[in-house]
Order: sequence, then C-alpha cells, then structure tokens
Amino acid sequence: MTTAKTKFPATAERMPPQAAGVSPLRSAFARRLGLTALGWAIACLIFFPIFWMVLTGFKTESAAIADPSLIFSPTLESYIAVQERAGYFKFAMNSVVVAFGSTLAALLIAIPSAYSMAFLPTRRTKGTLLWMLSTKMLPPVGVLVPIYLLFRDVGLLDTRTGLTIVYTLMNLPIVVWMLYTFFKDLPKDILEAGRMDGASTLQEVCFLLLPLTLPGIASTGLLSVILSWNEAFWSLNLTSSKAAPLTAYIASFSSPEGLFWAKLSAASTMAIAPILVFGWLTQKQMVRGLTFGAVK
Amino acid sequence: MTKTRAAGRTVGGLRTLSLQAPAVTLLLLWMIVPLAMTVWFSLQRYNLLMPEMTGFAGLENYRYLFTDPALWTAMGNTLLLVGSVLAITVVGGTLLAVLFQQEFPGRGVARVLAISPFFVMPTVSALVWKNMMMHPSNGVLSWLAESFGLPAVDWFSSLPLTSIIIIVSWQWLPFALLILLTAIQSLDDDQVEAARMDGAGPVAIFFFITLPHLKRAISVVIMIEMIFLLTIFAEIFVTTSGGPGLATTNLAFLIYIQALLDFDVGMASAGGVVAVILANIVAIFLVRMVAKNLES
Amino acid sequence: MKLTRALPLATLAAAVAAACQAQAQTEITVATVNNNDMVIMQSLTEEFETQHPDIELDWVVLEENVLRQRLTTDVATGGGQFDVMTIGTYEVPIWAERGWLTPLDDLPADYAVDDLLQSVRDGLSHDDTLHALPFYGESSMMYYRQDLFDEAGIEMPEQPSWEEVRDWAGQLHDPDNEVAGICLRGKPGWGENMAFVSTLVNTFGGRWFDEAWNPELESPAWQEAIGFYVELLGDYGPPGASSNGFNENLALFSRGNCAMWVDATSAAGKLYDPDESDVADRLGFAPAPVAETPKGSHWLWSWALAIPASSEKQEAAETFITWATSREYVELVGETEGWTSVPPGTRESTYANENYQQAAPFADFVLEAIRDADPTDSTLEPTPYVGVQFVGIPEFQSIGTQVGQTIASALTGDVSVEQALQTAQRATERTMQRAGYLD
Repeated sequence: MTTAKTKFPATAERMPPQAAGVSPLRSAFARRLGLTALGWAIACLIFFPIFWMVLTGFKTESAAIADPSLIFSPTLESYIAVQERAGYFKFAMNSVVVAFGSTLAALLIAIPSAYSMAFLPTRRTKGTLLWMLSTKMLPPVGVLVPIYLLFRDVGLLDTRTGLTIVYTLMNLPIVVWMLYTFFKDLPKDILEAGRMDGASTLQEVCFLLLPLTLPGIASTGLLSVILSWNEAFWSLNLTSSKAAPLTAYIASFSSPEGLFWAKLSAASTMAIAPILVFGWLTQKQMVRGLTFGAVK
Repeated sequence: MTKTRAAGRTVGGLRTLSLQAPAVTLLLLWMIVPLAMTVWFSLQRYNLLMPEMTGFAGLENYRYLFTDPALWTAMGNTLLLVGSVLAITVVGGTLLAVLFQQEFPGRGVARVLAISPFFVMPTVSALVWKNMMMHPSNGVLSWLAESFGLPAVDWFSSLPLTSIIIIVSWQWLPFALLILLTAIQSLDDDQVEAARMDGAGPVAIFFFITLPHLKRAISVVIMIEMIFLLTIFAEIFVTTSGGPGLATTNLAFLIYIQALLDFDVGMASAGGVVAVILANIVAIFLVRMVAKNLES
Repeated sequence: MKLTRALPLATLAAAVAAACQAQAQTEITVATVNNNDMVIMQSLTEEFETQHPDIELDWVVLEENVLRQRLTTDVATGGGQFDVMTIGTYEVPIWAERGWLTPLDDLPADYAVDDLLQSVRDGLSHDDTLHALPFYGESSMMYYRQDLFDEAGIEMPEQPSWEEVRDWAGQLHDPDNEVAGICLRGKPGWGENMAFVSTLVNTFGGRWFDEAWNPELESPAWQEAIGFYVELLGDYGPPGASSNGFNENLALFSRGNCAMWVDATSAAGKLYDPDESDVADRLGFAPAPVAETPKGSHWLWSWALAIPASSEKQEAAETFITWATSREYVELVGETEGWTSVPPGTRESTYANENYQQAAPFADFVLEAIRDADPTDSTLEPTPYVGVQFVGIPEFQSIGTQVGQTIASALTGDVSVEQALQTAQRATERTMQRAGYLD
C-alpha cells in the first residue's frame, strides 16, 4: 500500500525538469521501454554462456562444433553417454551431504563465537576477526602435502567426513564474520531486556538472538552452501571414489580425446543444475538476509 | 561505576572465552598445524619424488624462491588480476545495481539471470568460456567477429591475462551485483526525493546520495572478493596453465607448479609462507581501508 | 497376515545374504585417464565382473593432468587410495626405483609376456623386471590428406624430411577454405608441446642435456629446431596454434582443417573411423619427418596399468591388470567395439591378427615405428638420460612444463626464439642445480 503510493508519484515527478517540451506520459513510456530493453539485454548477455552450455548439451557432437546456431534437433544422446560412464547420483549425493553438512557444522561453531564477538567484545576481537579472514587468503596448494599426510594418518582420505571437516574450516572465517556483522546490528536493548527477565545465555541465544537474526543466518548458510558446492581443489585432491563430489565428476569429462563439447556441456549442466536452481529459489532469502546485516 | 564495569568485563571475559573457544580453537588448529608444518617443511630439503634427499636446508628454499625471476612476475600478475577484477566488478556491479533497482517488466527474472554466474563452479565456467566462447575457430565470439568481417581473436594466446580477467569478472560481477542491489534497496526514498526537489539530476543523485550510501556495501564486496581472488587457481589451470610464458601465472599457480609438478614440498612450503605473509600484509591494508567503513 | 509377516523376513534374509556376498567380494579402485581406450575398458566392467565374480571394480576417471598429480601425491605419500594406477612410460621406471610399484615378476604363463612388444616392455621395466603392464602403446608419425596432395601433385616419399614438409605446407596452406598447411602441438606441457618439440630437436641433432647434465637449450640445434618450428607453425599453422594439444589437433584434422599433422600413432584408429572423422577415406600415412638425423625423430610412449606397493589388494589388482592387457581383452574389444578400436601398440599378436590387419591398414606402419624407437639411443650425441620425448628424471615434469611455456610464448610472438631459449636455459639450470645435478 505505502510502497505503491510512494513509487507512483516518484515516477511522475521524475520527469518535469528534463522533459519540459514532451508530453510527460510519452517520455515516461519511452524511458520505460529503454530501461526494459537495457535491463533485459544485459541480463541475457550475462546469462548467455550458461544458456549456450545448456543448449550445447542437447546437440550432437558434430552440431556442437558447427557454426553457432539456435536451430537444431535436440537429442539426449550426450546425457545418455555421460550417464553411462559415470553414475551422476553418487556424485550429486556426495555434493549435497558435504555442502549442507559443512554448512551446518560451520554455523554451529560460528554462532557462539560471533555472539561473543558482537556482544562481549574485547580489545582483541577485531584482530581475531581479521586474522580469521586472512587465513582464507592462503593458497591451498601450499598446504596440500601436510594436509594429505595428516588425513592419511587419521584415515580421513576419501571420506565425506574428511571433506566436510575441510569445508567447515574453509568457510568458518567468512561465516563467523558475516554472523558477527548481523549480530552487531541487533539493538543491544533487546538482549538487555531478556537478561533482565533472567534469561540464561543459552536462552538468550536460542529465543532472542536466533529468531531475530534468522534471515541473516539463512543467507550466510546459503553462501556457505554455494561456496562448498563449487570448491574444486580439496574435493579433487582429498577424495578418490567414495566421497567424490560433482567437481570430480566434471574432471572426468573435462578434456578427453576426440569431440567432447556436447558431452562436457551435458555433464556441466547436470553438475550446476542443482545449485543453480537452489540459488534461484533462495536468492530472495539471500537478499533479505544481506539487507538485514552486512550491507545495510 | 568503574568497579561494576571491571566486574562485568571479567564475567564477560570468561563468557567470551567459553563461547569463542570452539571456533577459535578449531581455526587455530586448522591454521597452526598446517602452518607449523609448512614453516618446518620450508626449512627442509624435502621432495616427494626424491625420498633420499632430506635434511635441514636452512633458508635455501627461500633463497631459491626469491631469486626466481618468475616470483616477481607472478606477484605482478596477482595484483593486476585482483585489481582489474575488483575494479570491473565494483564499477559494473554498482551500475547494474542501479539499473536493476529501476522497475521494468520482468525485472525479477532479469535479476535472476544476471546473478546466475555466481552459482556456477569455477571449473565449469572456465571450460565453457574456453571451449564455447573464446575458442579461436569454433567459439561464439570468433563467430561473431567473423560475421562482422573482423579477424577472430585468439584470446588465450594474444590476450591471455585479459581473458582470465574477463572470465573471473563474469563470475564475480553477479556477486557484487547481489550485495550492492541489496544495499541500494535500503536507500531512503525520502532522501532521494528531497534531493530531487532541490533540483539534483540523476547523475548528481548517484554521486552524492547513492554512492556514499553504498560505501559500506562496496567495502564488503572488496573484502570478500579479495579473499577469493588472491587464490584464483581453477580458471588458470583449466585455460592457460599459467602461460604463454608466465603471462597468466599468479602466486597460487606458481606455488602449484612447485608443489604438484615438482613435488618439491620444501620450495612449495616456502612459497606458502610467503603467501601467508603477503595475505597478512593485505589484511592489514584491508583493516585500514575497510574496517573503518564497517565501523560506522 | 502370514504373508505380510513373511515378506519383511524374506527381504531381511535376502539383504543379509547380499551383505555376506558383498563381504566376500574384493573391491578395487582403478584410477585411469579419460582417453577413449580407457573409456572402453570402463564400459567392459561387467564382462570382467562376470568372469571374476569375487572382484568388484570402482572407477576413478580423471583428466590426464589432474590424474597424474593425484596419483603422484598418493603414491609418494603412501596414501593407499588406489589399487590400480594408469601411468606412463615416464613414471614407471622412476616410481619403480623408489619402490612405489609392485614388481610383476610372476605373471601367469597364459599371459604371454613374450608377446608384448620389446621396446614397450623395456620402457616399463626397472632392473629388468616389469613394473607395469602396457595398456596401449604409441609412437609418432605423420598424417596427411591424400586428396590435397594428389591435387597439388605432390608425391609422398618413403621418408619425408622437415625441409620438404615446409614446402608442402606452403603449397597447401589455404586459410580461406579453413585448411592449415600443417597442424602441430603448441599447448604448453611436458606431455603436450614438449613431446613433439623434443623429437624435433632430436632429429635436428640436439639434446636436452650433455653427459654432465648441463642443459643445452641454447645450442645451435635447439635454436635451429625451435626457429623452424615457430616459423612453420606461425606461417602455415591453424589459428590459435599455441593452445592446440593432441585433442584439439585431432578434432581439427578429423574435420579436414589440416593438410598435414605429425602426432601420436594412436590417433590413426580414430582418424580411420568414419563415424568420428570426416577424412577417413582421404587419409595418408608417412613416417615422422627427419632433418639432420633419423635418431629420435619419433617418440615412444605407453599407458600402462601398475599396482602401487601401498595397495592392500595386490592379488585382485593383478587379476585385473592381467585381464585388461591380455590377448583376450584385445579380442573382446575387437569383437564388441570394432577392430580399429582395439588398444594398439602392445602385443605382437594384435598385429598378427588378420581382422586387425584388414581393419587397420596403418597397422604395420605403427608397429614398425614403435619397434624402431629406442629410448636409450635417441640423440645424435650421447646423453646421460633415457627417453625419446622426455628425460627420465623426476625433475622433468616441471622442467618440461616451464620450457614448454617459454616456447609457447615464442610461438605467440611475445618473445623471440633466442630470448625464449635463454629463459628456458636459465630456468632449467636453476632446477638442475637445486636437484643437485650441477654445482
């Protein structure tokens, strides 16, 4: 109701200074048309490589390398060939378990930590936070061999548990930092009031903090899921067959002999489809969470 | 007054400790164990392929690393890559955020299309760009160029770093867009209205109201992107393998060559230590630049 | 009522039985490259499992570079993640020397070890003991378009020289019709452009190292060879030559975009298969061209299956690798996939097979090239190393890749040939010093 009221006059009032001579209605229409065209053109341009990949997956190998064309008879042959060579679901399942498992674990560890940083800051809080973030800037290749030896000795190679642990720790700095910014924006009085009523810390976190910052926590979690899903270094190097996620699936199609573009496109489409759909469905949620905290 | 505060701090301190403990301990382990191993290995003569060559090497690994002419090229490339991508995504993201903030038919769908590349695995997007967009004879771009009668560009050999920058920017532009769009939505309409009443044009509004409002969000974008851009690897590995020459070798890739082609753990560890130090310098730099914005 | 109660019980019993059976089975993890021949091997899993019901195969199929790095990490740290590894002639002797591979000294009699081609066997042996079994083997040779040669009135001699190849490339180069005079590898990597470049250097009379391990990358032979290569490919190569590896060139040639191509003999089967290639009926073969010396003008490589010492399922692994490299396996592929698809270059019996001879007119040619390649004597002047297109030392992976990069940058015209070779020489000297070969 209110939005409609404020927005309509805003569009109407925008005109007068610039478009003195032209009818305001016509100019508004032209402006809207231009805006629509521009918005859609840019969106399509950005999306084009993905669109093209999906399209190529439905072509035959020889059509895939012919001159670009939108007209072709679609075929599922690449999908069938790809599925025959590698069972998609095993890989997809691993991706799901590891991405969501590590996100859950990271949130569980990060919430108390971010809580204390936001509400009981010490002189070292900011230092700790930045140090945490700087650990993310280490190139993982540099520590592969130590980690590999460590994992070998504790039997974590090629296990979902092992990969989950790595991803949890990998995303922890970002998760802690984002939660910290969300928590910090919460008015202190609310928690204060809760404490006055005799709430313990645990109650305070569970019944006040979490419900109030849920959108923020959700968007942090979503980001963590996406980052874990797309991670391609640790997943390739620490797994072999049982725990291999979709990034390893892609690596088995990435540059084989002969013509492979259609098959590669089909495999890629299958590998990104779940996370893409997940991202589309949750983007509103993500935006809501982000508005709430970090970037307000 | 002073007394109560002091008492509060001790209680708080205790609580802080117990709450931060899990995250900090885990991160500490994650950081310290590999870091200690890395520092230790960096002082050793240790090559996985030469089991007989062992022993304390002192600073020899570092000497080799710093006399390697490739190191400085790699650092330069790293900075150039990070800088260019940041510039493109922040500027592009801001402009796109303003565009997608305007109302036009199908805005929701257009937005979803425009943020999609963020959900695509880096390996997949590199493969798609390499094989289907930038391929010198069958890529869409070369086909476009040829249909306009222009010579096809051989992207990865004539403009290697530019190509990498394009691919990486394509992946991160949606992220910047997402965050900035979120931030722009919280812009106070009344403030914009008031400025417009005072006769400010759209450009003035952008520079004097929108941009300052986005300052904090831009800091967030820079911070998070920086973390990931410093360790860009998959895109280079898939497309150019660091070449031609050293044209696209960044620090992460240089360490990869040492660690996984040479299996020279000593040298790779030295590279890792240097990267940690570099990351911390960047982190300190970031504190100055970003933390101030985050405070407000 | 009775039935409903019995059903879950029966299911349970069946599940228990299945579980017991699964217990008795040995599951082995096979790591392999995503090349066509290996994909066929993977598709025949069921055949193997029916023949050996107690063994189950678990596949890890990866792209070559990723696989190599993955396997090296695992084998060197004793990670024990894989029971069968697909590795090449380069790795086998080095890994065997370090005790990382299980020696294969008591192979079953019906495996017929003597049937394996001698040069391939030598390449996979350490201390005269096989440490890996060859899955397929290859040398290099020249492919050309018979129709274009006929049109231009060019007669292919028995042994072409690089000088002649340059003239023909100039005559046949036709960018307007998207036909390049010649396609060669340009994509950097020790197993990509350097495999080809090393054979070119060999035949121009050069070598990687002198007898005291001093790199010779600035020698006149290297200068001449690289200068020739850069000029030839620059003038008459396809667009984007510096990012073309084996696969890219295979695609180009099979679509008719190259008049000549010098590369692996294993491409012959694919080029000769009308389903995969547009030029199957216009294909000509010739030995790899030579310049100063015929020595080392064509390479020797084989992909082989090995068992890491860290595997706990040695016996099952050996059963599998002897099956996948056996005569029966070759027969099986020939019958199910067609004879041009059988893994080439490993067994005399394959080449004696009439079906193969008939389906693959290039067979004798390939056999001759493989027999003729001698990794122990592939340069004009003596060297301390073994290997035609590589140097059999652990450091070569990174040396080859770095040199490959600088040569690719000469190919794109970023630097001159002299500069590139100077950079390459410096980098190689550094690596060799570090590894303790030089003072």
